[in-house]
Amino acid sequence: MDQVAASPSQDRSQFRRLFYNKEVRSVFFQIVTVLGVCALIAYIGMNMLTNLEAVGKELSFSFLGAPAGYDITFQPFVSYSPTETHFRAAMVGLSNTLLVAVTGIILATIMGFTLGVMRLSRNFLISRLSQAFIDFTRNVPLLLHIFFIYGIVINVLPKPKQAEGLADSFFLTNRGLYAPKPIFEEGAWLVLVALIVAIGASIFIQRWAKARQIATGQIFPVFWTCVGLIVSLPIIAFFISGMPISFDFPKLKGFNFKGGFILRPEYLALWFALSYYTSSFIAEIVRGGILAIHKGQREASLALGVTPNRTLQLVIIPQALPLIIPPLASNYLNLTKNSSLAIAIGYYDIVATLGGISLMQTGKEVETMFLVLTCYLVLSLIISGSMNFLNSRLQLKSR
Amino acid sequence: MKKIVYAVAGIAAAALVGSANAGTLEDVKARGVLKCVVSEGLAGFAFPDDQGNWSGFDIDFCRATAAAVLGDGQKMEAVTSTGKTRFTKLNAGEGDVLWRNTTVTFSRDVGVKLTFLGVNYYDGQGFMAKKDMGVTSALELDGASVCIQTGTTTELNLADFFRSNGMTYEAIPVDNAAEARECYQSGRGDVMTTDASGLSAQRSAMVDPDAHVVLKEIISKEPLGPAVRQGDDAWGDVVRWVLYATITAEELGITSANVNTIGNETNNPEIMRFLGLEGNQGAELGLDAEWAKRIIAQVGNYGEIFERNIGVNTPLGIERGVNALWTNGGLQYSPPFR
Repeated sequence: MDQVAASPSQDRSQFRRLFYNKEVRSVFFQIVTVLGVCALIAYIGMNMLTNLEAVGKELSFSFLGAPAGYDITFQPFVSYSPTETHFRAAMVGLSNTLLVAVTGIILATIMGFTLGVMRLSRNFLISRLSQAFIDFTRNVPLLLHIFFIYGIVINVLPKPKQAEGLADSFFLTNRGLYAPKPIFEEGAWLVLVALIVAIGASIFIQRWAKARQIATGQIFPVFWTCVGLIVSLPIIAFFISGMPISFDFPKLKGFNFKGGFILRPEYLALWFALSYYTSSFIAEIVRGGILAIHKGQREASLALGVTPNRTLQLVIIPQALPLIIPPLASNYLNLTKNSSLAIAIGYYDIVATLGGISLMQTGKEVETMFLVLTCYLVLSLIISGSMNFLNSRLQLKSR
Repeated sequence: MKKIVYAVAGIAAAALVGSANAGTLEDVKARGVLKCVVSEGLAGFAFPDDQGNWSGFDIDFCRATAAAVLGDGQKMEAVTSTGKTRFTKLNAGEGDVLWRNTTVTFSRDVGVKLTFLGVNYYDGQGFMAKKDMGVTSALELDGASVCIQTGTTTELNLADFFRSNGMTYEAIPVDNAAEARECYQSGRGDVMTTDASGLSAQRSAMVDPDAHVVLKEIISKEPLGPAVRQGDDAWGDVVRWVLYATITAEELGITSANVNTIGNETNNPEIMRFLGLEGNQGAELGLDAEWAKRIIAQVGNYGEIFERNIGVNTPLGIERGVNALWTNGGLQYSPPFR
């Protein structure tokens, strides 16, 4: 009898002990939370499938192989015509997204670093100008910037027929920027080879100069040597091989310019607005990173007789970069995702093609949106992964 | 961004809201308001005035539906949508019926899973150009920049037209009628393309309507009509016969002026049935006996709706043309009320 009576109470006390065990409790609640989240996702998923079935739709990606039927005017990388598939159209959109994201990141970084350094300048005018630009840009929504720039481009710039060209080869119109397009003829490969050789040589010179400096203390003008190499070698090759590159000049024919190379106003407006908007955030990050370095570092460097420029290059920036890069990465992510605003001014990005026209023509809302989301997710993961890698390489190594 | 938000909202709504498929008629009656998916603003077809009251050709058909179902044409709510969000909104249950100058096509009927219920406007795609450009035919448009509303059938027709005529063009996709006007007026595009009725509407909204010309070529068939979600036949019947009621009324000579008196003066049995004085057609539809009478009293017959919103005496100035009754050589034809 006693034993029978004792055992439940023993169980209860064991259970109580488990309940009061911090670790067990935390594991228990984590499991419950995960189960809850899974159940919610499953519920939403099931509900979606039920509702799709109720309107007679099934989840299928076979539409990707069907002819798209619509035209995409801006297709610099992937060739495409309306008879090709929705998948191909999506690839055009993805390449356009990548184009505006990559060029945007480059321009935003250059502008951001410049603005950030300007902001720290001791020159009152430069520093205030930079601050005014940053404050104006950061505090107006990006969409308005895009509309603003696009509005200027299409309303203020001249129409093709009124456009006055620069040397009859560059035309800035409200249909875009036209420029001569290089045509590579036979023998042009030599120029390309020269360019690759020049870049390879530059890397070699940089290593050699560093080794020499460590060994002897002598400084070699690496930057200008490399610029000279990269510019001059391809030019020499161009003349040696008998000038194999000719140019296709834009000519006004009928409604528009034909021939040549064109940057469309939608791309220009989106690229520029995205870049300067993001650059104002980058400028503040750069300023913060530089200000975070104790002024003693600078003073010590100057006291040792290092020039101010070299102090910035060798002392301040290497210490500031590890502080700058993580927030910089999140701005690159923002820029990439913000490029989906392209749709507001009719730039054919992935949202406008796959998530827009293809969605409408096929009625596959769930599938197309899923693919668009996945594209952005993958892009973002790639960017943040490479920035993390860069960050780990640039961490100050304590010896 | 707006587009993404809408699309995601549409998906979320489709995922979270319970199936609103069957029994739309009961839902509407219980709610007391009819939700119509309409355009974001197209002069003559659907546009809000400065007090936020909607009017237009499509709006009148929405009011006619509300008058039939709820007894009062004012009990409607406009759910605005772009060309791209309209089907998502309808299928997600945000609206009960689509009255939004929407072209009936195979892929929309079959692929997008809508039920189309007739044609309230026979249209075709055309081009509008500035007069001073000196263009008279769409076949002279080689190399032109074209402003086009994205997510529409016109996008596909345009690609087909230029390809089949061996011409090139640059498409500038815009999202709604206002942006299309901006694109065209700024000179970003040389021509604007959409349904001919839409071009008339756009022209009427411009500063100097006479400076623009609608080119003579009509490059496609664009039968515009109402749609509901597939699988709710009772509700589909209501919308279909609301449209037919307006056409039949014009054919029978019933107007908003004589609808209250014509019943006493005639012995035409079709008019008697139409007005609910004979038979029980209203009850079979799930409505009351005077449903059709109310449509005509509150909104008018097809001809009245047409002339009030888009006819020759409006800024749009559209002739009846193919939209005349079949008895006058047009295509508007209603099955009999029998």
